[in-house]
Amino acid sequence: MGTIGAVLGGVWPLINQLNPDASVLALSTVDFDLTPLQEGQSVTIKWRGQPVFVTYRTQKQIDEAKAVNLADLRDPQTDADRTKPGHEQYLIQIGICTHLGCIPHGPGEGEFDGWFCPCHGSQYDSAGRIRKGPAPRNLVIPPYRFTGDKAITIG
Amino acid sequence: MAEHQGSHTQPVGAGKWWDDRLPIARGVKQLILDYPTPKNLNYWWTFGSILGAMLIVQIATGLALSMHYVPNAGLAFDSVEMIRRDVNGGRLVQAVHSVGASMFFLALYIHLARGMYYGSFKAPREALWLLGCTIFVLAIGTAFFGYVLPWGQMSYWAATVITNIFAAIPVVGEPIMEWLRGGFAVDNPTLNRFFSFHYLLPFVIGGIVVLHIWALHVPGNNNPTGVEVRSSRDTISFSPYYLAKDLFAVVVFLIPVAWLAFFAPDILGHADNFIPADPLVTPPEIVPEWYFLPFYAILRAIDFPIWFIDSKLLGVIIFGASIVVLFFLPWLDRSRTRSGRYRPLFRVFFWIFVVDFLMLMYLGSRLPEGIYVTLAKLGVLYYFVYFLIILPLLSRYETPRPLPASISESVLPPARS
Repeated sequence: MGTIGAVLGGVWPLINQLNPDASVLALSTVDFDLTPLQEGQSVTIKWRGQPVFVTYRTQKQIDEAKAVNLADLRDPQTDADRTKPGHEQYLIQIGICTHLGCIPHGPGEGEFDGWFCPCHGSQYDSAGRIRKGPAPRNLVIPPYRFTGDKAITIG
Repeated sequence: MAEHQGSHTQPVGAGKWWDDRLPIARGVKQLILDYPTPKNLNYWWTFGSILGAMLIVQIATGLALSMHYVPNAGLAFDSVEMIRRDVNGGRLVQAVHSVGASMFFLALYIHLARGMYYGSFKAPREALWLLGCTIFVLAIGTAFFGYVLPWGQMSYWAATVITNIFAAIPVVGEPIMEWLRGGFAVDNPTLNRFFSFHYLLPFVIGGIVVLHIWALHVPGNNNPTGVEVRSSRDTISFSPYYLAKDLFAVVVFLIPVAWLAFFAPDILGHADNFIPADPLVTPPEIVPEWYFLPFYAILRAIDFPIWFIDSKLLGVIIFGASIVVLFFLPWLDRSRTRSGRYRPLFRVFFWIFVVDFLMLMYLGSRLPEGIYVTLAKLGVLYYFVYFLIILPLLSRYETPRPLPASISESVLPPARS
Protein backbone atom coordinates (compact mmCIF):
# COMPACT_ATOMS: atom_id res chain seq x y z
CA MET A 1 0.00 0.00 0.00
CA GLY A 2 2.84 2.35 0.84
CA THR A 3 4.44 1.70 -2.51
CA ILE A 4 1.17 2.41 -4.32
CA GLY A 5 0.84 5.63 -2.34
CA ALA A 6 4.36 6.67 -3.22
CA VAL A 7 3.82 5.94 -6.91
CA LEU A 8 0.52 7.83 -6.98
CA GLY A 9 2.11 10.71 -5.07
CA GLY A 10 4.87 10.85 -7.63
CA VAL A 11 2.58 10.57 -10.64
CA TRP A 12 -0.09 13.00 -9.49
CA PRO A 13 1.99 16.17 -9.98
CA LEU A 14 2.73 15.02 -13.52
CA ILE A 15 -1.00 14.65 -14.18
CA ASN A 16 -2.05 17.75 -12.29
CA GLN A 17 0.37 20.01 -14.16
CA LEU A 18 -1.90 19.59 -17.18
CA ASN A 19 -4.83 21.25 -15.36
CA PRO A 20 -5.62 24.96 -16.00
CA ASP A 21 -2.79 27.00 -14.45
CA ALA A 22 -2.98 30.04 -12.17
CA SER A 23 -2.86 32.56 -15.03
CA VAL A 24 -5.82 30.85 -16.70
CA LEU A 25 -7.77 30.70 -13.44
CA ALA A 26 -6.97 34.38 -12.76
CA LEU A 27 -9.15 35.31 -15.75
CA SER A 28 -12.13 33.55 -14.17
CA THR A 29 -14.17 36.72 -13.54
CA VAL A 30 -15.03 39.45 -16.00
CA ASP A 31 -16.88 42.72 -15.35
CA PHE A 32 -19.11 44.11 -18.08
CA ASP A 33 -20.95 47.43 -18.33
CA LEU A 34 -24.34 47.05 -20.01
CA THR A 35 -24.96 50.81 -20.49
CA PRO A 36 -23.89 51.08 -24.15
CA LEU A 37 -25.97 48.08 -25.16
CA GLN A 38 -29.19 49.11 -26.96
CA GLU A 39 -32.41 47.15 -27.19
CA GLY A 40 -32.10 44.44 -29.86
CA GLN A 41 -28.30 44.47 -29.73
CA SER A 42 -26.06 41.59 -28.80
CA VAL A 43 -22.34 41.54 -28.11
CA THR A 44 -19.90 38.68 -27.69
CA ILE A 45 -17.38 39.03 -24.89
CA LYS A 46 -14.68 36.64 -23.77
CA TRP A 47 -14.82 34.88 -20.42
CA ARG A 48 -12.33 32.12 -19.56
CA GLY A 49 -11.33 32.13 -23.24
CA GLN A 50 -14.87 31.30 -24.26
CA PRO A 51 -17.39 33.53 -26.04
CA VAL A 52 -20.28 34.86 -23.95
CA PHE A 53 -23.35 36.28 -25.71
CA VAL A 54 -24.75 39.34 -23.90
CA THR A 55 -28.10 40.12 -25.50
CA TYR A 56 -30.54 42.98 -24.82
CA ARG A 57 -33.69 41.28 -26.03
CA THR A 58 -36.65 43.07 -27.66
CA GLN A 59 -40.06 42.80 -26.03
CA LYS A 60 -41.13 40.59 -28.95
CA GLN A 61 -38.32 38.15 -28.28
CA ILE A 62 -39.17 38.00 -24.58
CA ASP A 63 -42.86 37.42 -25.32
CA GLU A 64 -42.00 34.66 -27.81
CA ALA A 65 -39.80 32.94 -25.24
CA LYS A 66 -42.51 33.14 -22.57
CA ALA A 67 -45.25 31.83 -24.88
CA VAL A 68 -43.51 28.48 -25.43
CA ASN A 69 -45.14 25.37 -23.98
CA LEU A 70 -42.56 23.69 -21.72
CA ALA A 71 -43.71 20.25 -22.84
CA ASP A 72 -42.34 21.02 -26.32
CA LEU A 73 -38.82 21.53 -25.01
CA ARG A 74 -36.00 18.98 -25.08
CA ASP A 75 -34.34 20.60 -22.05
CA PRO A 76 -37.29 22.23 -20.25
CA GLN A 77 -36.53 25.61 -18.67
CA THR A 78 -38.76 28.66 -18.33
CA ASP A 79 -37.60 32.03 -19.60
CA ALA A 80 -37.40 33.17 -15.95
CA ASP A 81 -35.01 30.27 -15.19
CA ARG A 82 -32.58 31.71 -17.72
CA THR A 83 -32.61 35.38 -16.69
CA LYS A 84 -32.35 37.36 -13.45
CA PRO A 85 -35.57 38.77 -11.94
CA GLY A 86 -36.04 42.43 -12.89
CA HIS A 87 -33.44 42.10 -15.66
CA GLU A 88 -35.26 39.76 -17.98
CA GLN A 89 -34.37 41.82 -21.04
CA TYR A 90 -30.74 40.75 -20.62
CA LEU A 91 -29.90 37.22 -21.67
CA ILE A 92 -26.36 36.18 -20.80
CA GLN A 93 -25.17 32.79 -22.04
CA ILE A 94 -22.03 30.94 -23.08
CA GLY A 95 -21.95 31.11 -26.87
CA ILE A 96 -20.95 27.51 -27.44
CA CYS A 97 -23.25 24.99 -29.05
CA THR A 98 -23.89 22.16 -26.59
CA HIS A 99 -23.42 19.65 -29.40
CA LEU A 100 -19.75 19.80 -30.35
CA GLY A 101 -18.63 23.26 -29.34
CA CYS A 102 -19.15 25.46 -32.41
CA ILE A 103 -20.30 29.07 -32.05
CA PRO A 104 -23.91 29.64 -33.15
CA HIS A 105 -25.05 32.67 -35.17
CA GLY A 106 -27.64 35.01 -33.66
CA PRO A 107 -29.79 36.39 -32.18
CA GLY A 108 -32.70 36.56 -34.59
CA GLU A 109 -31.49 33.53 -36.55
CA GLY A 110 -33.13 30.22 -37.37
CA GLU A 111 -36.77 29.22 -37.16
CA PHE A 112 -37.15 30.30 -33.53
CA ASP A 113 -35.84 33.89 -33.67
CA GLY A 114 -32.78 32.87 -31.67
CA TRP A 115 -29.48 31.17 -32.50
CA PHE A 116 -28.51 28.83 -35.31
CA CYS A 117 -25.40 26.63 -35.27
CA PRO A 118 -23.85 26.34 -38.75
CA CYS A 119 -21.93 23.15 -37.97
CA HIS A 120 -24.70 20.63 -37.55
CA GLY A 121 -27.85 22.72 -37.72
CA SER A 122 -28.90 23.02 -34.07
CA GLN A 123 -31.49 25.76 -33.50
CA TYR A 124 -32.06 27.70 -30.28
CA ASP A 125 -34.98 30.01 -29.47
CA SER A 126 -34.92 33.61 -28.20
CA ALA A 127 -34.18 32.33 -24.68
CA GLY A 128 -31.28 30.18 -25.97
CA ARG A 129 -33.18 26.91 -25.49
CA ILE A 130 -32.54 24.02 -27.85
CA ARG A 131 -35.48 23.49 -30.17
CA LYS A 132 -34.22 21.51 -33.16
CA GLY A 133 -31.09 19.63 -34.31
CA PRO A 134 -28.54 17.36 -32.63
CA ALA A 135 -27.58 19.46 -29.57
CA PRO A 136 -28.76 17.85 -26.31
CA ARG A 137 -29.07 20.91 -24.03
CA ASN A 138 -29.86 24.64 -23.90
CA LEU A 139 -27.05 27.16 -24.25
CA VAL A 140 -25.29 27.28 -20.88
CA ILE A 141 -25.94 30.23 -18.56
CA PRO A 142 -22.65 31.20 -16.88
CA PRO A 143 -22.64 32.12 -13.19
CA TYR A 144 -23.08 35.93 -13.02
CA ARG A 145 -24.65 38.60 -10.84
CA PHE A 146 -25.78 42.18 -11.26
CA THR A 147 -23.43 44.51 -9.43
CA GLY A 148 -25.53 47.55 -10.41
CA ASP A 149 -28.61 48.23 -12.50
CA LYS A 150 -26.56 48.03 -15.69
CA ALA A 151 -23.38 46.23 -14.62
CA ILE A 152 -22.63 42.52 -14.33
CA THR A 153 -19.82 40.34 -13.08
CA ILE A 154 -19.46 37.01 -14.82
CA GLY A 155 -17.79 34.14 -12.97
CA MET B 1 15.58 -20.67 -39.08
CA ALA B 2 18.44 -22.85 -37.92
CA GLU B 3 19.21 -23.97 -41.44
CA HIS B 4 19.90 -20.38 -42.47
CA GLN B 5 22.59 -19.75 -39.88
CA GLY B 6 25.14 -21.57 -41.97
CA SER B 7 24.92 -18.95 -44.70
CA HIS B 8 26.72 -16.42 -42.50
CA THR B 9 30.39 -16.25 -43.41
CA GLN B 10 32.76 -15.86 -40.48
CA PRO B 11 34.03 -12.26 -40.25
CA VAL B 12 37.73 -11.47 -40.01
CA GLY B 13 39.78 -8.49 -38.80
CA ALA B 14 37.79 -5.48 -37.61
CA GLY B 15 34.56 -7.28 -38.44
CA LYS B 16 35.48 -10.13 -36.10
CA TRP B 17 36.57 -7.67 -33.40
CA TRP B 18 33.12 -6.10 -33.44
CA ASP B 19 31.32 -9.40 -33.87
CA ASP B 20 32.92 -10.75 -30.70
CA ARG B 21 31.78 -7.69 -28.74
CA LEU B 22 28.53 -6.49 -30.33
CA PRO B 23 27.29 -8.93 -33.01
CA ILE B 24 24.95 -6.40 -34.59
CA ALA B 25 25.91 -7.19 -38.19
CA ARG B 26 25.36 -10.89 -37.56
CA GLY B 27 22.01 -10.11 -35.95
CA VAL B 28 20.87 -8.05 -38.92
CA LYS B 29 21.99 -10.77 -41.32
CA GLN B 30 20.38 -13.66 -39.44
CA LEU B 31 17.19 -11.95 -38.30
CA ILE B 32 16.43 -9.66 -41.23
CA LEU B 33 18.40 -10.40 -44.39
CA ASP B 34 18.18 -14.21 -44.15
CA TYR B 35 14.63 -14.17 -42.73
CA PRO B 36 12.78 -16.96 -44.58
CA THR B 37 9.78 -15.39 -46.32
CA PRO B 38 6.96 -17.21 -48.12
CA LYS B 39 7.74 -17.13 -51.81
CA ASN B 40 4.21 -16.27 -52.94
CA LEU B 41 3.71 -12.84 -51.32
CA ASN B 42 1.92 -10.40 -53.64
CA TYR B 43 2.25 -6.62 -53.81
CA TRP B 44 -0.30 -6.09 -51.02
CA TRP B 45 2.48 -7.37 -48.73
CA THR B 46 4.80 -4.49 -49.61
CA PHE B 47 2.81 -1.94 -47.60
CA GLY B 48 4.56 -2.89 -44.36
CA SER B 49 7.87 -1.74 -45.79
CA ILE B 50 6.18 1.29 -47.34
CA LEU B 51 4.83 2.26 -43.91
CA GLY B 52 8.26 1.81 -42.37
CA ALA B 53 9.77 4.07 -45.03
CA MET B 54 7.02 6.67 -44.58
CA LEU B 55 7.54 6.68 -40.80
CA ILE B 56 11.21 7.49 -41.38
CA VAL B 57 10.25 10.25 -43.85
CA GLN B 58 7.80 11.73 -41.32
CA ILE B 59 10.30 11.66 -38.45
CA ALA B 60 13.08 13.17 -40.59
CA THR B 61 10.94 15.99 -42.00
CA GLY B 62 9.26 16.53 -38.63
CA LEU B 63 12.63 16.93 -36.96
CA ALA B 64 13.56 19.60 -39.51
CA LEU B 65 10.23 21.41 -39.08
CA SER B 66 10.54 21.43 -35.28
CA MET B 67 13.73 23.48 -35.64
CA HIS B 68 11.71 26.37 -37.10
CA TYR B 69 8.22 25.92 -35.70
CA VAL B 70 7.15 27.91 -32.62
CA PRO B 71 4.50 26.20 -30.42
CA ASN B 72 2.95 29.43 -29.16
CA ALA B 73 -0.63 30.50 -29.89
CA GLY B 74 0.54 33.96 -30.94
CA LEU B 75 3.37 32.80 -33.20
CA ALA B 76 2.52 29.30 -34.45
CA PHE B 77 0.54 30.31 -37.55
CA ASP B 78 3.18 32.80 -38.69
CA SER B 79 6.01 30.38 -37.99
CA VAL B 80 4.45 27.79 -40.33
CA GLU B 81 4.06 30.45 -43.02
CA MET B 82 7.67 31.47 -42.39
CA ILE B 83 8.76 27.85 -42.86
CA ARG B 84 6.88 27.76 -46.17
CA ARG B 85 8.27 31.08 -47.45
CA ASP B 86 11.59 31.88 -45.80
CA VAL B 87 13.28 28.72 -44.56
CA ASN B 88 15.66 27.21 -47.13
CA GLY B 89 13.76 24.38 -48.77
CA GLY B 90 11.09 24.78 -46.10
CA ARG B 91 8.26 24.71 -48.61
CA LEU B 92 9.25 21.23 -49.64
CA VAL B 93 9.92 19.91 -46.14
CA GLN B 94 6.55 21.17 -44.90
CA ALA B 95 4.77 19.83 -47.98
CA VAL B 96 6.36 16.38 -47.70
CA HIS B 97 5.43 16.23 -44.02
CA SER B 98 1.76 17.13 -44.50
CA VAL B 99 1.33 15.10 -47.70
CA GLY B 100 3.31 12.29 -46.06
CA ALA B 101 0.80 12.11 -43.19
CA SER B 102 -2.02 11.62 -45.70
CA MET B 103 -0.13 8.98 -47.65
CA PHE B 104 0.88 7.23 -44.42
CA PHE B 105 -2.81 6.68 -43.71
CA LEU B 106 -3.46 5.49 -47.26
CA ALA B 107 -0.78 2.84 -46.80
CA LEU B 108 -2.06 2.07 -43.30
CA TYR B 109 -5.60 1.42 -44.52
CA ILE B 110 -4.35 -0.83 -47.33
CA HIS B 111 -2.09 -2.69 -44.87
CA LEU B 112 -5.04 -3.18 -42.47
CA ALA B 113 -7.37 -4.33 -45.26
CA ARG B 114 -4.77 -6.82 -46.49
CA GLY B 115 -4.54 -8.29 -42.98
CA MET B 116 -8.32 -8.49 -42.75
CA TYR B 117 -8.73 -10.15 -46.15
CA TYR B 118 -5.96 -12.72 -45.87
CA GLY B 119 -6.64 -13.48 -42.20
CA SER B 120 -3.20 -12.33 -41.07
CA PHE B 121 -4.60 -11.63 -37.59
CA LYS B 122 -5.50 -15.29 -36.90
CA ALA B 123 -3.58 -17.63 -34.59
CA PRO B 124 -0.66 -17.59 -34.06
CA ARG B 125 -0.45 -13.92 -35.14
CA GLU B 126 -2.82 -12.24 -32.65
CA ALA B 127 -0.03 -10.33 -30.89
CA LEU B 128 1.15 -9.05 -34.26
CA TRP B 129 -2.38 -7.80 -35.01
CA LEU B 130 -2.87 -6.20 -31.59
CA LEU B 131 0.42 -4.33 -31.91
CA GLY B 132 -0.63 -3.19 -35.39
CA CYS B 133 -3.95 -1.88 -34.06
CA THR B 134 -2.03 -0.06 -31.31
CA ILE B 135 0.12 1.59 -33.96
CA PHE B 136 -3.07 2.60 -35.81
CA VAL B 137 -4.49 4.27 -32.69
CA LEU B 138 -1.19 6.06 -31.98
CA ALA B 139 -1.01 7.20 -35.61
CA ILE B 140 -4.52 8.68 -35.31
CA GLY B 141 -3.42 10.58 -32.21
CA THR B 142 -0.19 11.75 -33.81
CA ALA B 143 -1.97 12.97 -36.95
CA PHE B 144 -4.57 14.82 -34.89
CA PHE B 145 -1.96 16.55 -32.71
CA GLY B 146 0.03 17.46 -35.80
CA TYR B 147 -3.02 18.90 -37.54
CA VAL B 148 -3.56 21.31 -34.65
CA LEU B 149 -0.02 22.73 -34.78
CA PRO B 150 -0.40 25.17 -37.77
CA TRP B 151 -3.04 26.90 -35.59
CA GLY B 152 -5.35 27.83 -38.43
CA GLN B 153 -9.12 27.85 -38.11
CA MET B 154 -9.46 24.14 -38.93
CA SER B 155 -6.65 23.31 -36.49
CA TYR B 156 -8.30 25.27 -33.70
CA TRP B 157 -11.80 23.93 -34.25
CA ALA B 158 -10.59 20.37 -34.71
CA ALA B 159 -8.95 20.66 -31.29
CA THR B 160 -12.15 22.16 -29.86
CA VAL B 161 -14.50 19.53 -31.27
CA ILE B 162 -12.26 16.57 -30.40
CA THR B 163 -11.58 17.69 -26.82
CA ASN B 164 -15.32 18.39 -26.56
CA ILE B 165 -15.95 14.70 -27.22
CA PHE B 166 -14.64 13.95 -23.72
CA ALA B 167 -17.19 16.36 -22.22
CA ALA B 168 -19.83 13.80 -23.24
CA ILE B 169 -18.68 11.52 -20.40
CA PRO B 170 -21.21 11.86 -17.56
CA VAL B 171 -20.17 13.75 -14.38
CA VAL B 172 -16.39 13.81 -14.89
CA GLY B 173 -16.54 14.90 -18.54
CA GLU B 174 -16.13 18.66 -18.01
CA PRO B 175 -13.11 18.41 -15.64
CA ILE B 176 -11.48 15.92 -18.02
CA MET B 177 -12.00 18.29 -20.94
CA GLU B 178 -10.48 21.20 -18.99
CA TRP B 179 -7.61 18.96 -17.93
CA LEU B 180 -6.94 17.99 -21.56
CA ARG B 181 -7.10 21.61 -22.71
CA GLY B 182 -5.23 23.09 -19.77
CA GLY B 183 -7.90 25.79 -19.75
CA PHE B 184 -11.59 26.36 -20.22
CA ALA B 185 -11.15 26.77 -23.96
CA VAL B 186 -8.48 25.56 -26.39
CA ASP B 187 -5.60 28.01 -26.06
CA ASN B 188 -1.84 28.29 -25.70
CA PRO B 189 -1.47 25.53 -23.04
CA THR B 190 -3.35 23.17 -25.39
CA LEU B 191 -1.07 23.99 -28.30
CA ASN B 192 2.04 23.49 -26.18
CA ARG B 193 1.09 20.04 -24.94
CA PHE B 194 -0.13 18.95 -28.37
CA PHE B 195 3.27 19.86 -29.78
CA SER B 196 4.94 17.86 -27.02
CA PHE B 197 2.79 14.80 -27.75
CA HIS B 198 3.22 15.20 -31.49
CA TYR B 199 6.98 15.02 -30.97
CA LEU B 200 6.80 12.09 -28.55
CA LEU B 201 4.32 9.73 -30.21
CA PRO B 202 6.24 8.93 -33.43
CA PHE B 203 9.05 7.53 -31.30
CA VAL B 204 6.55 5.46 -29.31
CA ILE B 205 5.23 4.24 -32.68
CA GLY B 206 8.81 3.42 -33.69
CA GLY B 207 9.22 1.33 -30.54
CA ILE B 208 6.00 -0.56 -31.16
CA VAL B 209 7.01 -1.08 -34.79
CA VAL B 210 10.06 -2.96 -33.47
CA LEU B 211 7.76 -5.17 -31.38
CA HIS B 212 5.43 -5.53 -34.40
CA ILE B 213 8.30 -6.81 -36.57
CA TRP B 214 9.48 -9.05 -33.74
CA ALA B 215 5.97 -10.49 -33.43
CA LEU B 216 6.02 -10.99 -37.21
CA HIS B 217 9.29 -12.88 -37.19
CA VAL B 218 8.26 -15.36 -34.50
CA PRO B 219 5.47 -17.11 -36.48
CA GLY B 220 6.74 -15.77 -39.84
CA ASN B 221 4.70 -14.09 -42.57
CA ASN B 222 1.20 -15.10 -43.48
CA ASN B 223 0.78 -15.38 -47.26
CA PRO B 224 -1.99 -15.17 -49.88
CA THR B 225 -2.96 -18.83 -49.47
CA GLY B 226 -3.07 -18.61 -45.67
CA VAL B 227 -1.35 -22.02 -45.59
CA GLU B 228 1.57 -22.15 -43.16
CA VAL B 229 5.10 -22.67 -44.44
CA ARG B 230 5.71 -26.43 -44.54
CA SER B 231 9.31 -26.67 -45.71
CA SER B 232 12.21 -24.51 -46.86
CA ARG B 233 10.91 -25.04 -50.42
CA ASP B 234 8.06 -22.67 -49.55
CA THR B 235 10.34 -19.78 -48.64
CA ILE B 236 13.03 -17.54 -50.05
CA SER B 237 15.29 -15.26 -48.02
CA PHE B 238 14.16 -11.69 -47.44
CA SER B 239 17.38 -10.38 -48.99
CA PRO B 240 17.79 -9.86 -51.85
CA TYR B 241 14.36 -10.97 -53.11
CA TYR B 242 11.85 -9.13 -50.92
CA LEU B 243 14.30 -6.38 -50.07
CA ALA B 244 14.47 -5.45 -53.76
CA LYS B 245 10.74 -5.89 -54.28
CA ASP B 246 9.85 -3.79 -51.24
CA LEU B 247 12.31 -1.05 -52.24
CA PHE B 248 10.73 -1.00 -55.69
CA ALA B 249 7.27 -0.68 -54.11
CA VAL B 250 8.51 2.15 -51.86
CA VAL B 251 9.81 4.03 -54.91
CA VAL B 252 6.51 3.58 -56.76
CA PHE B 253 4.60 4.72 -53.69
CA LEU B 254 6.81 7.81 -53.36
CA ILE B 255 5.87 8.96 -56.88
CA PRO B 256 2.40 10.26 -55.90
CA VAL B 257 3.89 11.56 -52.62
CA ALA B 258 6.43 13.57 -54.61
CA TRP B 259 3.86 14.71 -57.15
CA LEU B 260 1.57 16.04 -54.42
CA ALA B 261 4.43 17.64 -52.48
CA PHE B 262 5.84 19.33 -55.58
CA PHE B 263 2.71 20.41 -57.41
CA ALA B 264 -0.29 20.33 -55.07
CA PRO B 265 0.91 20.43 -51.45
CA ASP B 266 -2.37 21.82 -50.11
CA ILE B 267 -4.86 19.97 -52.29
CA LEU B 268 -5.62 17.44 -49.54
CA GLY B 269 -6.11 20.15 -46.92
CA HIS B 270 -8.80 22.71 -46.26
CA ALA B 271 -8.67 26.38 -47.33
CA ASP B 272 -9.96 27.55 -43.94
CA ASN B 273 -6.74 26.45 -42.31
CA PHE B 274 -5.03 29.43 -43.93
CA ILE B 275 -7.09 31.71 -41.68
CA PRO B 276 -5.39 32.13 -38.28
CA ALA B 277 -7.19 30.49 -35.34
CA ASP B 278 -10.05 32.63 -34.01
CA PRO B 279 -11.74 31.38 -30.82
CA LEU B 280 -14.79 33.57 -31.47
CA VAL B 281 -15.64 32.49 -35.03
CA THR B 282 -16.48 28.97 -36.11
CA PRO B 283 -15.87 28.16 -39.79
CA PRO B 284 -19.09 27.49 -41.73
CA GLU B 285 -18.34 23.77 -41.82
CA ILE B 286 -15.80 21.70 -39.95
CA VAL B 287 -14.39 18.77 -41.90
CA PRO B 288 -11.41 16.62 -40.88
CA GLU B 289 -8.68 15.40 -43.22
CA TRP B 290 -9.89 12.72 -45.65
CA TYR B 291 -8.40 9.85 -43.66
CA PHE B 292 -10.59 10.59 -40.63
CA LEU B 293 -13.79 11.10 -42.62
CA PRO B 294 -15.21 7.56 -42.13
CA PHE B 295 -14.90 7.88 -38.35
CA TYR B 296 -16.22 11.44 -38.44
CA ALA B 297 -19.26 10.14 -40.36
CA ILE B 298 -19.77 7.49 -37.68
CA LEU B 299 -19.60 10.15 -34.94
CA ARG B 300 -22.15 12.34 -36.70
CA ALA B 301 -24.51 9.57 -37.79
CA ILE B 302 -25.61 8.97 -34.21
CA ASP B 303 -28.12 11.78 -33.63
CA PHE B 304 -30.58 9.79 -31.53
CA PRO B 305 -30.55 8.74 -27.86
CA ILE B 306 -30.89 5.14 -26.70
CA TRP B 307 -32.41 4.50 -23.30
CA PHE B 308 -30.70 6.88 -20.83
CA ILE B 309 -27.67 7.61 -23.05
CA ASP B 310 -28.06 10.94 -24.82
CA SER B 311 -27.24 11.33 -28.50
CA LYS B 312 -23.88 13.03 -27.94
CA LEU B 313 -22.52 10.37 -25.55
CA LEU B 314 -23.88 7.57 -27.76
CA GLY B 315 -22.15 9.06 -30.79
CA VAL B 316 -18.88 9.12 -28.88
CA ILE B 317 -19.31 5.52 -27.67
CA ILE B 318 -20.06 4.23 -31.18
CA PHE B 319 -17.17 6.27 -32.59
CA GLY B 320 -14.77 4.73 -30.05
CA ALA B 321 -16.21 1.26 -30.58
CA SER B 322 -15.60 1.49 -34.33
CA ILE B 323 -11.85 1.49 -33.63
CA VAL B 324 -11.83 -0.76 -30.54
CA VAL B 325 -13.67 -3.49 -32.47
CA LEU B 326 -10.59 -3.95 -34.66
CA PHE B 327 -8.65 -5.24 -31.62
CA PHE B 328 -11.19 -8.06 -31.22
CA LEU B 329 -11.04 -9.22 -34.82
CA PRO B 330 -8.99 -12.40 -34.05
CA TRP B 331 -11.81 -13.54 -31.76
CA LEU B 332 -14.65 -12.48 -34.05
CA ASP B 333 -13.46 -14.11 -37.28
CA ARG B 334 -12.66 -17.64 -36.10
CA SER B 335 -12.80 -19.40 -39.45
CA ARG B 336 -10.01 -21.96 -39.64
CA THR B 337 -9.37 -20.97 -43.25
CA ARG B 338 -7.23 -17.86 -43.05
CA SER B 339 -7.24 -16.49 -46.55
CA GLY B 340 -10.30 -14.82 -48.08
CA ARG B 341 -9.17 -16.40 -51.35
CA TYR B 342 -10.74 -19.70 -50.24
CA ARG B 343 -13.82 -18.23 -48.58
CA PRO B 344 -16.47 -17.49 -51.24
CA LEU B 345 -19.03 -15.86 -48.91
CA PHE B 346 -16.51 -13.95 -46.80
CA ARG B 347 -15.13 -12.31 -49.93
CA VAL B 348 -18.51 -10.84 -50.82
CA PHE B 349 -19.08 -9.38 -47.36
CA PHE B 350 -15.48 -8.15 -47.16
CA TRP B 351 -15.78 -6.15 -50.37
CA ILE B 352 -19.14 -4.75 -49.26
CA PHE B 353 -17.31 -3.66 -46.10
CA VAL B 354 -14.66 -1.90 -48.17
CA VAL B 355 -17.35 -0.10 -50.19
CA ASP B 356 -19.15 0.74 -46.94
CA PHE B 357 -15.95 2.28 -45.52
CA LEU B 358 -15.46 4.36 -48.69
CA MET B 359 -19.12 5.42 -48.60
CA LEU B 360 -18.71 6.59 -44.99
CA MET B 361 -15.61 8.48 -46.10
CA TYR B 362 -17.68 10.30 -48.75
CA LEU B 363 -20.55 10.96 -46.33
CA GLY B 364 -18.16 12.41 -43.75
CA SER B 365 -17.33 15.14 -46.25
CA ARG B 366 -21.00 16.02 -46.90
CA LEU B 367 -23.25 18.18 -44.74
CA PRO B 368 -25.44 15.95 -42.55
CA GLU B 369 -28.79 16.49 -44.21
CA GLY B 370 -31.40 14.61 -46.23
CA ILE B 371 -30.42 11.27 -47.75
CA TYR B 372 -26.83 11.56 -46.42
CA VAL B 373 -28.01 11.10 -42.83
CA THR B 374 -29.90 7.91 -43.68
CA LEU B 375 -27.01 6.52 -45.73
CA ALA B 376 -24.56 7.28 -42.91
CA LYS B 377 -26.76 5.39 -40.44
CA LEU B 378 -26.95 2.40 -42.80
CA GLY B 379 -23.19 2.62 -43.25
CA VAL B 380 -22.58 2.52 -39.49
CA LEU B 381 -25.04 -0.35 -39.15
CA TYR B 382 -23.21 -2.46 -41.73
CA TYR B 383 -19.82 -1.57 -40.21
CA PHE B 384 -20.82 -3.16 -36.90
CA VAL B 385 -22.98 -5.94 -38.33
CA TYR B 386 -19.96 -7.03 -40.40
CA PHE B 387 -17.69 -7.34 -37.37
CA LEU B 388 -20.12 -8.49 -34.71
CA ILE B 389 -22.60 -10.69 -36.61
CA ILE B 390 -21.44 -11.59 -40.12
CA LEU B 391 -17.87 -12.63 -39.25
CA PRO B 392 -18.79 -14.87 -36.27
CA LEU B 393 -21.63 -16.49 -38.27
CA LEU B 394 -19.48 -17.05 -41.36
CA SER B 395 -16.82 -18.68 -39.17
CA ARG B 396 -19.39 -21.32 -38.23
CA TYR B 397 -21.52 -21.82 -41.32
CA GLU B 398 -19.38 -21.02 -44.36
CA THR B 399 -17.93 -23.94 -46.34
CA PRO B 400 -14.50 -22.89 -47.54
CA ARG B 401 -12.97 -24.12 -50.77
CA PRO B 402 -10.24 -26.78 -50.46
CA LEU B 403 -6.82 -25.42 -49.55
CA PRO B 404 -3.64 -26.24 -51.47
CA ALA B 405 -1.41 -28.73 -49.69
CA SER B 406 1.42 -26.23 -49.54
CA ILE B 407 2.54 -22.81 -50.74
CA SER B 408 4.68 -24.44 -53.42
CA GLU B 409 1.74 -26.41 -54.77
CA SER B 410 -0.35 -23.25 -55.04
CA VAL B 411 2.19 -21.45 -57.20
CA LEU B 412 3.65 -24.35 -59.20
CA PRO B 413 1.43 -26.55 -61.37
CA PRO B 414 1.35 -30.13 -60.03
CA ALA B 415 3.69 -32.46 -61.90
CA ARG B 416 1.74 -34.53 -64.44
CA SER B 417 2.39 -38.25 -64.28
